[in-house]
Amino acid sequence: MTETTSKTKTSGLIQPTRRGALKTLAMGAGAAATMPLWARYTSAQSAEPIRIGFGKHATGIGAAYGRWYERTSVAAIEKINGEGGINGRPVELVTEDDGTDPRRAAEVLEKFANQSNCDVAFGTLFSHVVVGAAPRAGELKLPYFVCSEGHHVASGMLNRWTMQPGITDVKSQISAMAPFITDVLGKKVTMIYPDYAFGYDHRDNLAPAIEAAGGEIVGSIAIPPTETSFTKYFPQIPRDTEVIYHVMIGPAVLTFVKEMGEFFGPSRPEIFGFIDSLEATDLTSPGLEFLDGTYFWEGMPRYLQDDAPDYVTAYRDAVGLDANGASVSDPSDVSTSAHMFSCWETLHVIKAGMEAAGYQSTEDRQALIEAVEAMTLMEAGPAHPGGTKMFNGKTHQVFGPQYISKVEGGKLVVQKTVDYEETMYPDEVDYTSMSF
Amino acid sequence: MEFGPYLMLAMLEGAVLAAVLALMASGLSLVFGVMRVVNVAHGEFYMLGAVMAWVVTQFMMGLGGGPAVNFIAAAVLAPLIVGSIAAAADVVILKRLNYDPERVIVATIGLLYIIQQAALMGYGPDAKPVVAPFNERIALPWVAWGENGLEMYYPWGLSTTSYKLFVIVAAVVILAGLRLFMTRSRAGLVMRATQLDGEMATAFGIPVERVYAIVFGAGAALAALAGVLIVPIQQAHYLMGGDALLLSFIVVIIGGLGSLAGTVVAAVLIGMSDGIISVFFTPTLAKIIATLAVALVLVFRPQGLFGVKNR
Repeated sequence: MTETTSKTKTSGLIQPTRRGALKTLAMGAGAAATMPLWARYTSAQSAEPIRIGFGKHATGIGAAYGRWYERTSVAAIEKINGEGGINGRPVELVTEDDGTDPRRAAEVLEKFANQSNCDVAFGTLFSHVVVGAAPRAGELKLPYFVCSEGHHVASGMLNRWTMQPGITDVKSQISAMAPFITDVLGKKVTMIYPDYAFGYDHRDNLAPAIEAAGGEIVGSIAIPPTETSFTKYFPQIPRDTEVIYHVMIGPAVLTFVKEMGEFFGPSRPEIFGFIDSLEATDLTSPGLEFLDGTYFWEGMPRYLQDDAPDYVTAYRDAVGLDANGASVSDPSDVSTSAHMFSCWETLHVIKAGMEAAGYQSTEDRQALIEAVEAMTLMEAGPAHPGGTKMFNGKTHQVFGPQYISKVEGGKLVVQKTVDYEETMYPDEVDYTSMSF
Repeated sequence: MEFGPYLMLAMLEGAVLAAVLALMASGLSLVFGVMRVVNVAHGEFYMLGAVMAWVVTQFMMGLGGGPAVNFIAAAVLAPLIVGSIAAAADVVILKRLNYDPERVIVATIGLLYIIQQAALMGYGPDAKPVVAPFNERIALPWVAWGENGLEMYYPWGLSTTSYKLFVIVAAVVILAGLRLFMTRSRAGLVMRATQLDGEMATAFGIPVERVYAIVFGAGAALAALAGVLIVPIQQAHYLMGGDALLLSFIVVIIGGLGSLAGTVVAAVLIGMSDGIISVFFTPTLAKIIATLAVALVLVFRPQGLFGVKNR
C-alpha cells in the first residue's frame, strides 16, 4: 500500500492501441539503453520531486501516533512546498505502514531505498521499531530521521545514518523532570513503566536523576505494553510512596490510568506522569477526574496556552488542532501533541540539511548527513514551533525545552518550562568518527 | 500491602477474568461439543462483540440515551449481530466443508483474518472506550487482630468497582441460564441429541444443519457477550481476540472439550490462578503456568478434567 500526497494521476482512461503500445515500448527500451546519460540529465535538471519515505505506525499498538504523525507531516510538506520546496524541487511524502513492527519496519526501509526511490526515510516513533530497523538503514546507506524520543540514538547503539533532530530523548527529559519531582512533589518515588526499550530508558535514567536530586526510588514496576488489565500490578506499590511516576504506552493507556484512580480512591499520593500515558486520550474521559491536580511532562503543550506565540498557532492551524489539542473536524479525536511536532521539525531539518548540502540526488546522501551533523542552534519559529533547540552532531540527538503541566479543570496548563541548556548531559558517543 | 488484603484483591481480579473466560470458553466448548469442530475464529467473535458494543452505544448516544440504556442495548444487540454473522458463516462456509475437522480449522483461521482485518478497516486501529452503566469505587474492609481484639479497617488500595462485581454476577447468571437451557428446554434436548449422534438425530427428524447453524451462532454470541461485558473495563481494540482465544483454548482443554461444567471449573481455576500469580509474582509467570498445565493435562489426561473418553 503506497500513498503519495501529490496527485499526479491524469484523469480519464488511456486507451492503448497496439501500435501505440509498441511505440511506447520502443521508447522505453531506448531510454533504458541511454540510462546513464539520461539519469545524469534529470538530476542536473532537478525536476523530480524529493521523496521522503514515511514509516507510519498505521496499525498495531502505535496506530494513534501514526495517524497524527501523518497529519503533521502532510501539513509540514504542504508548508514546505508552498514556500518553494527543497532546492527548488517539490517534496513528496511516500507513506508505508510498518504495523508498529520492527521486522516490517526494516522491510519498509528496504522498499523506500530500492523500490520507491526515496531520498531519505523518516518518522518512526516506537523505540523497539527504531532499534530493529536502524541497522538496515545503515546497511542501505539511507539517511533515517527518527522521531522516537528513545535514548538509543544518543547512547551510541545505532549508526551514522540514523539521526534524531526533531525530538529530545528520554534521558534529557528525565534530567529536566527529576529536580521538579523531588523539590515539589516528594522524595520517595515509585515508577511504573512499559516493559520494553523505551521503558528501560526511563528505568535506567530515572534512578540516578532522582538520587542526584536528593530523592530515592522505592518501587519499580514494569508492565508489558500489550497488557489490558492493570489493577493486579498496583499492590506492588510500596505503602510509603510519596510520588507515583508513570509512563505507559499502547492501546490500553486509558484503562491503565482509570484503574490507577480506582486503586487509590480518595487517598492518592502525588502523581507525575509522562503524557505518553494519555496521548490521544481525552482528559475528560469518565474515570479520569482524579487526575485533577496531578502533573504531566509534555514535549509540546497539548492545550493552546494563553501566551502561545504566533508560530505556534500557525503550526496548530496547519495541522488542524483546536484549542484542546483535538482535531478541528472531530473533538473526540485527540492528538499526540507532545510528540508529533517532531515530524514537523524533522522535515524542516531535512530541508535545511539538503539546502546546506546542495542535495541533488541519492548520491548526496552522505553530504546530507554531514550537513545535519554540522547543525547546532535551532531557533524557535515557524520551522521549530516546539521551542529553541540545540542539536549535537556527535550524538545525532537534539536537546530542547521540556514542559511541566498541571491538570486543572480537565485541561493541561503549563507550570514550568525547562530550557534545553538544563537538559544536556555528557556525550556518550561520537558518530562523526564512524565511517559511512 | 499486607498479605490478606493483597490476596483478596488478587482473587477479585481473578474472579473478573474467570467470569469473562467462562462465558467465552463455554461458547467454544458448546460449538465443539455439538458440532465436533474447533473454531479458531472464536477470539474474533469476542472482539467483534466488544466493537459492536462500541458501535451500538455510539449510535444510541446519537439518539440521546443514557449510559445504562446504551449498555443494555449493546448487551442485547451486539450478541445478536455477532451470532447472526457466525450463523451465516456456518451456512456459507462450514456447511460446504461437511464440517470436516481439518478443513474447518483452516477455514476458521481464514475467518479470523477476515474479521480482524474488516474490523481494522471499518472500526480503525484505536482502542475505544464504552462508558460503564455504573462504576462506583467500593472500598473493601478487612478484619485483623489489633490491640482491641478483632478490628475492621479499610486497607489502602483494597477496592473494586461495582461494575466488576456486576460482571461476575452477570456471568454466573448467564451460565446458570445456559445450563438450564441445555438440560431443561426442548431446544437444548435437540442440541444434546445432535451432539450424541448426528445421524440418529437426522433419522428422528431433527434438522441437524439448522441446529449446527444455531449452535455456531450461539457460541459466537456467548463470546460476543463476554466482549460486551469486558469493554467498559478494558476497551475495544481490533487485536484483543488473540490473547482471549489462547486463554479459552487453555480453559477448554483443561476442562475437557465439550463439557460445560468442566469449562466453568477450568475457567475459575485459570482465572483465579492468573489473578493470584499475576499479583504476587508476574503476569508472564501466570501465562507460563497456565500453558504448562495444558501440556500436563494433554499428557496425563488427554480428555481433560471433566471430559469423557472416546469410546
